[in-house]
Amino acid sequence: MEALGLLMHGFAVLLTWKTLTLMMVGLVLGIFVGVLPGLGGPNGVAILLPLTFTMDPTSAIVMLSCIYWGALFGGAITSILFNIPGEAWSVATTFDGYPMAQQGRAAEALTAAFTSSFIGSLAAVLLITFLAPMISSFALKFGPPEFFSVYLLTFCSFVGLGREAKHKTVISMSLGLLLAGIGMDTVSGQLRMTFGSNNLLRGVNFLVAVIGLFGISEILLTMEERLALRGHAAGISLKVVLKVWRDLPKYWVTLLRSSFIGCWLGITPGGAIAASFMGYNLAKRFSKDPESFGKGRIEGVFAPETAAHASGTAALLPMLALGIPGSGTAAILLGGLMVWGLNPGPLLFVEHKDFVWGLIASMYLGNVVGLVLVLTTVPIFASILRVPFAAVAPMIVVSCAIGAYAIQNAMFDIWLMLGFGVVGYVFKKIGIPLAPFTLALVLGNRAEDAFRLSMIGAGGDMKVFWSNGLVGSITTLAIVLLFWPVIDSVFGSVSRLMRPAKAAR
Amino acid sequence: MSNTEIEIIVDDPTAPEADSPVVTSIRIVDVTVSLLLLVLAATLGFDNWRTGIAWDSTGPQSGYFPFYLSVILAGASLYGLVAAFLSRKEARETFVTRAQLRRVMQVFVPTLLFCLAVQFLGLYVASFGLIAAFMRLVGRIALWKSLLTAFLFTAIMFLTFDVAFDVIMPKGPLERALGR
Repeated sequence: MEALGLLMHGFAVLLTWKTLTLMMVGLVLGIFVGVLPGLGGPNGVAILLPLTFTMDPTSAIVMLSCIYWGALFGGAITSILFNIPGEAWSVATTFDGYPMAQQGRAAEALTAAFTSSFIGSLAAVLLITFLAPMISSFALKFGPPEFFSVYLLTFCSFVGLGREAKHKTVISMSLGLLLAGIGMDTVSGQLRMTFGSNNLLRGVNFLVAVIGLFGISEILLTMEERLALRGHAAGISLKVVLKVWRDLPKYWVTLLRSSFIGCWLGITPGGAIAASFMGYNLAKRFSKDPESFGKGRIEGVFAPETAAHASGTAALLPMLALGIPGSGTAAILLGGLMVWGLNPGPLLFVEHKDFVWGLIASMYLGNVVGLVLVLTTVPIFASILRVPFAAVAPMIVVSCAIGAYAIQNAMFDIWLMLGFGVVGYVFKKIGIPLAPFTLALVLGNRAEDAFRLSMIGAGGDMKVFWSNGLVGSITTLAIVLLFWPVIDSVFGSVSRLMRPAKAAR
Repeated sequence: MSNTEIEIIVDDPTAPEADSPVVTSIRIVDVTVSLLLLVLAATLGFDNWRTGIAWDSTGPQSGYFPFYLSVILAGASLYGLVAAFLSRKEARETFVTRAQLRRVMQVFVPTLLFCLAVQFLGLYVASFGLIAAFMRLVGRIALWKSLLTAFLFTAIMFLTFDVAFDVIMPKGPLERALGR
């Protein structure tokens, strides 16, 4: 129950007018970003990050995480009202949400979406509250070999479990790790891969890359599409809200199942998309009336939204406890931590109690305030879509440039951002995933340090990664995951060989 | 509920036509990117080899870790090159049509000019120019609306970053003349 006391302390940190105001500002900005075409969670957080550079870390992270919650809520508005999923994980929400809106039940669908987002996040935050301190205190015993094996596990699970072509994930990841290595080598102080350029001396900044990869490239991609849209924005009356909430207990199985799926997949990297589809499909399979899904069934909104948000929130668990982000947005928040001079990892829970518990408390508070805010202001935000893209696009470009410049006060970074914008555009179109790149770039230096420190400690003996039960099992698991597709298909063919044999007997 | 309902319709008069001719296929781009990555991997690998990839008394040298990463990158790109070259599916898929390319260039070229302008004129003047010109020329929005929006946005940005939050942006001749 120590966690509860600390959580209360976290709330005490939060309950100042300054923090609460920042929270509201963050939520409004977040919903704004979530509703606008061509922007979403990670882009929004990346672009707005520079705003927080002069704040103290706690205010900064509260505002940033609220931008993230806001963006998640905002994404649901466009998917239900206009059939435009802002993010890949809102795709499943459109299956039933949009038909409901067409039948004039938009308010109901929106209430369902917001409420289930809230429930999903809450489930994940509860998990974080009680599990994160335990994991981090366990991880305090980790030495460099253990950390390297955990990093290895993260990278391998991306390759083995990702749905993209394996070699493309490997390309994306090794490129990210390589770019992270540019500049001064942190162990020996030697310069490498700078080719005599003063600008490369600083290295490739993670946030500059993210702003280019997600912000600029997204604008280029959005321009390719037809940007016309048509829909109705309905205000949500209290009557509708209460009606949906009264029916909520009927769907407790769906909500519980989706929360569980979300929390589970959120901890493993890149889970929100998979979680939303899995939540939807399972709800459909276990339903007595699967045919009615896709035609405007409220359960079809509950299931994916709960799962997506549970997983989006649970992605923060490994970030806080181990310093390993579980999603693109978590990676950006992690990049923010480093800008504010905090060292992500298990020590965070010991050295910066105020910060960590303030953040966790802000997850509770931000979700409650966010729920009320979106329920009351949907029509206002929906009308943002009336603003022509030709006005929005240049503003986003300017915001990206401000963000990229502000990080290191370097003009070179604006050019770098533009370069990454083009790279991101091309990579997205030929199917090279960007998430592993982001993760590799943010973890690269620490993964290398952990590797080299363990090598130095062990005198260059690779056996150090199997030197005790803990590190050995993590490393082995990492290698199993790396070759998972191969192992899976071998097992598949073996069992196929077994079956006819049994039948013959 | 009906009294609170608003209809939102946004048209896109300059939307790319669906039947526009294809500029390149995914395969061609994929092959090109794989080749570029291969060159990059070779360059970085060579540089790391020069830095030192061996072990000395303090453990692995600076180039050790990135060198093997370049090897992995080269291997994956080579595999990608062959896979893309052989893929019939990618050859059929469109990378970009002419109409789409035109629209993408409509954003990319102004952004490029904007970055150049930031270098010489400072960020705020460049932003004003970008927003006003983009809204007027690409969005075909009324001139006064474009100028007003551009001015307001730039002013808000200036007040937020330079005045309120003390995040200093690149300045040009105009700001110098005004003494900021």
